[in-house]
Amino acid sequence: MQLKGKRVIAIGEREGVPGPSLKALAESAGAEVVFAVTQCFV
Amino acid sequence: MITPALLHASYALAHVPDVVRYGSKPTRELARDAALCEQLSAALRTWEAALAYPPNQVFIGNLSPERLAARARPWSAEPLAEARPVGPFGRMVDQITFYGLLKLADDFDLVVLDEDIAASARAAVQALQPNRLMQRVDRIVGVPAEQLERLASSEHGLPLFHAGRRVGFMRSAHDQDASLGADILLENLAGKATAALALSEALVHGPIAPEQVDYLLNTGEEAVGDRYQRGGGSLSKAAGEVVGCINATGSDIKAFCSAPVHGLIIAASLVQAGLFRHVVVIGGGSLAKLGMKFLGHLKSGVPIMEDVLASMAFVVGPANGQDPVFRLDSVGRHTIQASSAPPMLYQALVLDPLTRVGLKMTDIDRYAVELHNPEITLPAGSGDVPLTNYRTLAALAVKRHEIERSAIDDFVSQRGMPGFAPTQGHIPAGVPYLGHARRALRAAELQRIMVVAKGSLFLGRMTQLSDGMSFILERDPSAGDHPVQTPT
Repeated sequence: MQLKGKRVIAIGEREGVPGPSLKALAESAGAEVVFAVTQCFV
Repeated sequence: MITPALLHASYALAHVPDVVRYGSKPTRELARDAALCEQLSAALRTWEAALAYPPNQVFIGNLSPERLAARARPWSAEPLAEARPVGPFGRMVDQITFYGLLKLADDFDLVVLDEDIAASARAAVQALQPNRLMQRVDRIVGVPAEQLERLASSEHGLPLFHAGRRVGFMRSAHDQDASLGADILLENLAGKATAALALSEALVHGPIAPEQVDYLLNTGEEAVGDRYQRGGGSLSKAAGEVVGCINATGSDIKAFCSAPVHGLIIAASLVQAGLFRHVVVIGGGSLAKLGMKFLGHLKSGVPIMEDVLASMAFVVGPANGQDPVFRLDSVGRHTIQASSAPPMLYQALVLDPLTRVGLKMTDIDRYAVELHNPEITLPAGSGDVPLTNYRTLAALAVKRHEIERSAIDDFVSQRGMPGFAPTQGHIPAGVPYLGHARRALRAAELQRIMVVAKGSLFLGRMTQLSDGMSFILERDPSAGDHPVQTPT
């Protein structure tokens, strides 16, 4: 997936990948992260 | 130096189908679509079904996690024939009993019950023998139906239901303070009442009398207080007062789901330091979590299984040569600088403490991680939390060359267990296993276990950080090879 120039909402999950990690990943690929959060679904 | 030990573990479940509607998710969804109420009511379990549900029987000790793992899934389709409301580690109570507990825990006349229901509730609490609640049982009185009707139509509050019929009313304590609204007070009082029930169980079946409790640590997730200090309040002394812990003081530990593990480590530290002889860690039920995944359950055609309030109480005191001891030299902690990614979290919580004391991952006989019941989480798309965690641990063991890749499944089945805890926030955090662990460690069936809990600090929007704590509990070295039976 080409993320450069895209806007991203990053929703992480406590048992998986946290929001800040997704944010760092997306930004490293050139995306603008407009919102990042980690959720707990249990 | 005093060696701290786990002297007792007690648990309780209150089956409250008519309170599910006041869980956070049902409250919001029913406000949006009132027609859902009928579907929700139709999918609730009977007392008999909740009682015979195998994971609930594991929670109070009538079935082992190993035997649960061997049972066919779904567990809800095969009730436990020999299910009983009383188990070696605690008990289950029905909704009428819960209303009685709510009333006896109520110091401000917030709960108003119909007089017929109150009479039934009083009899139900009296029937919980033995218990430490009798000094308050006379508080369980009700009002005539007309008076209840008048009150419900003239005051702010919430109706309380039984079998779909209004049988009581929860008052608001302030007309301009949301922190003292009926919904928040019901949540807090439910936490207090259920914590008191578990505490009563611990003080009836454990080794100490209420007067011998020096300090109480409540680890529930409710936010007690009024508009000026919401969440700054405490339930520990409030619950202790109900059961006669007259010599205790206490405070609350707030750390989301990992609070009970923080609490147990602090309790063990206080005992080891010699500051207090007996510290009891408690946690009441989380009303907000009732029915959290009910939409997923309705969609999947399974019963709504988030219909119980769970509570627990752990007595920590000096080692006695029989009960398992805390290894405070191997406490694991997730520091501010540590990554929140699962492998790094387990590095901090499992590998670092093991390395510190020269143990391998395979030196731990059993890991107790987040023990959420997968039958509750899977229909809502939330995965099998314990299994995911055990597989992460097994992968770390492979990476450390402690096991072969082909042995991952064996690691998971032998050193893990199926989730059996209700999804009640702080309750599943490894600690539901402590009753079984204490029995197995006393009996020399196990030598050493590790409890690992994680907390979702980010949910409060004050930090993006996660949290976690862990500790090792092991057989008292002075017990030698001699097995000790745990009374049932």
